[in-house]
Amino acid sequence: MYQTDMYEGMLAETVFVPGADGELINAYFARPLGAGPFPAMVVIHHMPGWDDWYREATRNFAHHGYAALSPNLYYRAGHGDPEDVAAKVRSEGGVPDDQVVADLEGSLNYLLALPYINGKVGVFGTCSGGRHAYLAACLLEGFDAVVDCWGGRVVMPPESLSPNFPVAPIDYTKNLSCPILGLFGEEDRSPTPEQVAQHETELKKHGKTYEFHMYPDAGHGFFYYHRPNYRQEQAVDGWEKIFAFLEKYLIAP
Amino acid sequence: MCTMIAERVKIEGSGKGTGGWFSVTQANVSYDHPFNAPVEHALNIDFVNEALGTEARVAVELSAESARYLVETIQTVLEKSEVGGFLE
Repeated sequence: MYQTDMYEGMLAETVFVPGADGELINAYFARPLGAGPFPAMVVIHHMPGWDDWYREATRNFAHHGYAALSPNLYYRAGHGDPEDVAAKVRSEGGVPDDQVVADLEGSLNYLLALPYINGKVGVFGTCSGGRHAYLAACLLEGFDAVVDCWGGRVVMPPESLSPNFPVAPIDYTKNLSCPILGLFGEEDRSPTPEQVAQHETELKKHGKTYEFHMYPDAGHGFFYYHRPNYRQEQAVDGWEKIFAFLEKYLIAP
Repeated sequence: MCTMIAERVKIEGSGKGTGGWFSVTQANVSYDHPFNAPVEHALNIDFVNEALGTEARVAVELSAESARYLVETIQTVLEKSEVGGFLE
């Protein structure tokens, strides 16, 4: 825990990291200053884009001692105001799952190659990023913990599958390679509490290590202080749970 | 959560964005997260010209009820214009 007489420093900047098909994509990278070794996090932005909230969240992980990398999953949609770029992706129905997973593999490998990493890497995401985090933890080897915040469409009816989204993430559960923390709101409509329960049943069935929390009086995106869905008490508790979970799996011996 | 419910349609017209007037060539309609409207989901319409870059966008974020009323109103205005012989 931080003490007032400690030295503290952080480097935060834009970098380029390998993405799908070897293409370089940009990413926001924040890390504590010092020799480390630091645990690392891949921080996956939400559907509204690679925006200010995600820059803050990335720095928040660095503030807590993590080398945190947030890749721009909308890189191929062009550049401009994050909302305009995200609006374009929204109109296209999102980014394909296989491209996202390949981009996240590039970020994972980028972090693992750094000389000041302790070898442990977690993955965090909210909204579509929560779903992407779960996909990555199921389809890639190398993550040591996953945090899924209200990721919808983990449970998908067959009629919603498409070439871009060919498999419902819940169907990959048997391949989940690390412990998962899930934070959800009772008033969310995607994922609904029933879908979260279905996900939990699947995790239990396959003997996975999981910790799910369903918050009352909260809906979707209750961490976002700039949106009406913000819930102060639940958000504070949620962040505490995230850092306790990550400490257990990425720091503790 | 992101619904991923979106449709794109070719259109002809003009829109006024932050950089002034431009030709709009496409309308992107979605029912998904808005950026500004204080609700979880909205009926979003983006009038865009992708050839001019992502900033060539005129955006509205409407409640479902407002969107339905808007559709009815557009139809009413077009019908009146047609009856009056004004449609080009």
